[in-house]
Amino acid sequence: MNRLPLPALKYCSSGMLVRIQHPDPAWYPRLFGILTLLIVLWPMLVYSEFKPWILFEAQSLAASWHFLASFAPPAHSGEFLHLLLVATWQTVAVATAGLTLALLGAIPLTLLAAESLSVSQIETGRMRLAGRLVRQAARWLLILLRSVPELVWALLFVRIVGLGPTAGVLAIALTYSGMLGKVYAEILDSSESQSTQVLLKNGASRLAALFYGSLPEAAPELISYTTYRWECAIRGSVVMGFVGAGGLGQRMDESLKMLAGSEVASMLIIFVLLVGAADRVSTLLRSRLD
Amino acid sequence: MPLLLQGVSVRHGQAFALSDVSLTIEQGQQIALIGPSGAGKTTLLHTMACALRPGLGELTAFGLLPWSLSHAQRHKLRARFFLAPQTPPLPPRQRVVTAVLAGCLPQWSLTRALLSLFRPVEPDLAWEALSRFNLQDKLYARVDRLSGGERQRCGLARLLVSKALVFLVDEPLSALDPVLSLQTLSVLQQEAHERGATLICSLHQVELARCHFPRLIGLRCGQLVFDARSSEVTDQMIADLYRHEPAPAASLEVLQ
Repeated sequence: MNRLPLPALKYCSSGMLVRIQHPDPAWYPRLFGILTLLIVLWPMLVYSEFKPWILFEAQSLAASWHFLASFAPPAHSGEFLHLLLVATWQTVAVATAGLTLALLGAIPLTLLAAESLSVSQIETGRMRLAGRLVRQAARWLLILLRSVPELVWALLFVRIVGLGPTAGVLAIALTYSGMLGKVYAEILDSSESQSTQVLLKNGASRLAALFYGSLPEAAPELISYTTYRWECAIRGSVVMGFVGAGGLGQRMDESLKMLAGSEVASMLIIFVLLVGAADRVSTLLRSRLD
Repeated sequence: MPLLLQGVSVRHGQAFALSDVSLTIEQGQQIALIGPSGAGKTTLLHTMACALRPGLGELTAFGLLPWSLSHAQRHKLRARFFLAPQTPPLPPRQRVVTAVLAGCLPQWSLTRALLSLFRPVEPDLAWEALSRFNLQDKLYARVDRLSGGERQRCGLARLLVSKALVFLVDEPLSALDPVLSLQTLSVLQQEAHERGATLICSLHQVELARCHFPRLIGLRCGQLVFDARSSEVTDQMIADLYRHEPAPAASLEVLQ
């Protein structure tokens, strides 16, 4: 008897097996949940043809080594660096402009989708039908916006507005307003809502309650998520560069096609620096709050 | 204009938090609500504030039936009540001045409310309210720098800046020492008196309730046990109100 045969049994301090008098009612559902997760995950690995050992076959290793060896030293001629600087600036500008436009769309949708600002929910524990319908509509709109990948939007906009950063900005604005709206609403709903609810109970308007109750409670999470999305937008604008939306991506596409490893290396270094900078900005902003 | 409850019942899930409570409260009265923990005091205060819809029965406030009004009219009516919860839910990162002025939100326009977040529009009003509780030094401090007792009084300073005519205060003294309790209670009673506002206070300090409030309402298990003038409430009535059922002893059964 040196195993735990049943979850409702445990060893007490004297080593005797005792029945727990007040077993956790959540235990069996939890166990069941974990088992289901494992059963569901296995076929996914099979269907995604997850075969990591291919990476270590001699042929793949030689090809990778050949490409990686051309990385050193990174390209650093003055002309190239200048080109890189302009492209980097364009990438950051596309990400920032796209995210700002996305915020304009996301904030109103957040207010519609968040449940913690519902007065009828406080009154009776249920939302009014009209409120539920508006919320559901806002949620569907958010799903629609974010379900189309930004790359697809970019390909579409490149056809409409032509090659260049405008397509990237519009693509980021659409997809990211969907992502930001969804996560903002969830942050507001899951953060401490007591202060908002009391303001509502005392007759404050919903928007006033948001600004005086929910925002100060959720500000660090909102800031950290927004700066993280800014970071993602930078990566996104690079990827969209490959389909002609300008910036670092477009340069990288050219360098990759010419197999110029040293140029790719310089660009990768720039990516690391950009992401590091985004991280610093997030830390800085959040530390300003404390 | 009296506050009228007729056969009010409120359910939380399956259990009745209030059952068949009828009360008449004249404007300007000062009432203490007493009873053991879980008796339904908080639910009663929330029901009176039109924050909780009664499952059965009827609530009349200021001559209106709040639950027959439209959504918007009912929300407007709420500005006449001030509900102060036991643990004041003030956002920790907010400054005291903002937290206190939040009591003005029902009568402020949204523009004014937003402007006040950048630069407090009526800092003197907040200062005066805080000084009644001897907290004027904390005007520009952050809420998370306050002690529990200071936070509780900061929540009550919000009551002073509101324009409410009914104060529904849930255990305002739970984090205060005996001296501060007396001071705080007298500020609340004085303010209610000057404004002609009704004050309904749930209290665990029975003696304080009997000395300072002319009318006592006793609740137990969601039911009205008594509603009487303080002078008519006997020690026996109090003892019956707080009578406890013995708790079952916990045990571990050893298996063979």
